[in-house]
Amino acid sequence: MFATINQLCVRTMSIRQSEVPMEQLPLIAEDKKALTVSEITRQIKLSLEHRFPRVWVQGEISNFKQHSSGHLYFTLRDEGAQVSGVMWRSRAEGLLFLPESGMKVIARGSITVYPPRGNYQLDVEQLTPLGVGELQLAFEKLKRKLAAEGLFDEEHKKPIPEYPETIGIITSETGAALQDIRSVLERRFPALDVLLLPVRVQGVGAAEEIAQAIVDINRYGRVDVIILGRGGGSLEDLWPFNEEIVARAVYGSHIPIISAVGHEIDFSISDFVADLRAPTPSAAAELVVHDRAELLEILRNYCYTMRGSMEERLSTLRDRVQGVLSSYSFNRPKDLLRESAQRVDELERSLTMKFSHLVQLLHHHHLTLQLRLESLNPKNVLRRGYALVRKQGDLITSARNLERGDDASIQFHDGTVETKVQS
Amino acid sequence: MSPAKPRKQSFEASLKRLEAIVESLEQGSVSLDDAAELYEEGIQLAKECAEKLKVAELKMKKLAKTLDGQFEIEGLNEE
Repeated sequence: MFATINQLCVRTMSIRQSEVPMEQLPLIAEDKKALTVSEITRQIKLSLEHRFPRVWVQGEISNFKQHSSGHLYFTLRDEGAQVSGVMWRSRAEGLLFLPESGMKVIARGSITVYPPRGNYQLDVEQLTPLGVGELQLAFEKLKRKLAAEGLFDEEHKKPIPEYPETIGIITSETGAALQDIRSVLERRFPALDVLLLPVRVQGVGAAEEIAQAIVDINRYGRVDVIILGRGGGSLEDLWPFNEEIVARAVYGSHIPIISAVGHEIDFSISDFVADLRAPTPSAAAELVVHDRAELLEILRNYCYTMRGSMEERLSTLRDRVQGVLSSYSFNRPKDLLRESAQRVDELERSLTMKFSHLVQLLHHHHLTLQLRLESLNPKNVLRRGYALVRKQGDLITSARNLERGDDASIQFHDGTVETKVQS
Repeated sequence: MSPAKPRKQSFEASLKRLEAIVESLEQGSVSLDDAAELYEEGIQLAKECAEKLKVAELKMKKLAKTLDGQFEIEGLNEE
């Protein structure tokens, strides 16, 4: 274990006494004031606690003890150092796994100094296991807990608006997910306002940022639906979306949330709490808006239906007018009937004109759209000699994102090759 | 169903109104004059909807928070 501050003081004093003549020590001259042990400890406490109010420490648990009071005591260590840790009962009760010696963890907490013993320790607020096995365990445990509380119940699911006008996106500003969502929206339904809330989507502190973004966007309010997510990654990378704080924030959102985390096979806690789960960020974008080509088609059909009903009606009318005109027994002024017949004809002409104008317009939109889609199709770009580079499935858009020795795949218009980066 | 005053409204509202018009024209339960007016409104709505679909560019902004907790809309740092 660590030398306590008291021991350190004693050791320093003894060195001084043995190696340095007393009269050369200015600090302990009779009239100058030496610090008391309490005073130096107080100053150490102030400076340490001020310097490390919130830290994340990664290490291996050793000397794990659960006291009968429920508090957890342990040491966090790596090859070169160790630090004592304590987790008070109130926080330990929220743990989703049982820590044990030998387990690798990330601890979030603050450094505190305990004057009576003259030592410092990590006051742990939250422990996250680092091993995949432990993560799985924690996942299952949180899932059971939240399911029991009813957070996943269908009755809490809010409907996703059919034609949203403003879409909120909570993801990393630089990640692949944002680009994916963006290109799908641009292709399908660009008549949208998109509001991005940039957050970190992995690593320490990401879960807190995500939860805060959900609270913020709800406070801001002017958003019809939220897409929350990130691209694929390891279980550790996706972990923030499995944290309770994110689950509770998703549950508390008044705005419907579509959760889109990782690839199709990845399920996260936020998927279960969200109002809708999308297998990937691109799929979330597909789900959230209609395809405008389809909508144009629907509009066109509506126009034909309206036109059809009107035509039917007019021809019935015309028949009736004709019928009366040719009827033997009519006794009403002829002019009035002729007027009716004329009015029917006029109406029909006007309808036809308006109709054909609109159909032309819709047809034109459709064509422009198809041309645009064709030009957006990446395959056509690839045919011109460009290629797409991916690392572990993620699109690489900068030379800085590849290092020597990385495995990469290069997609041409007619196939993909695997390669290793040489320099 | 009676003819409504044309007004600027959301895409969804326009489309829903258009659906209702199509339905009532199909049922043929309105007078000829009303039908003619509905037809005109329907054509106008279809045109408005189509215009909206024509928008080519996504409007993307960033929601940022100032130190005092207020919200600010910012442009995106495009590459």
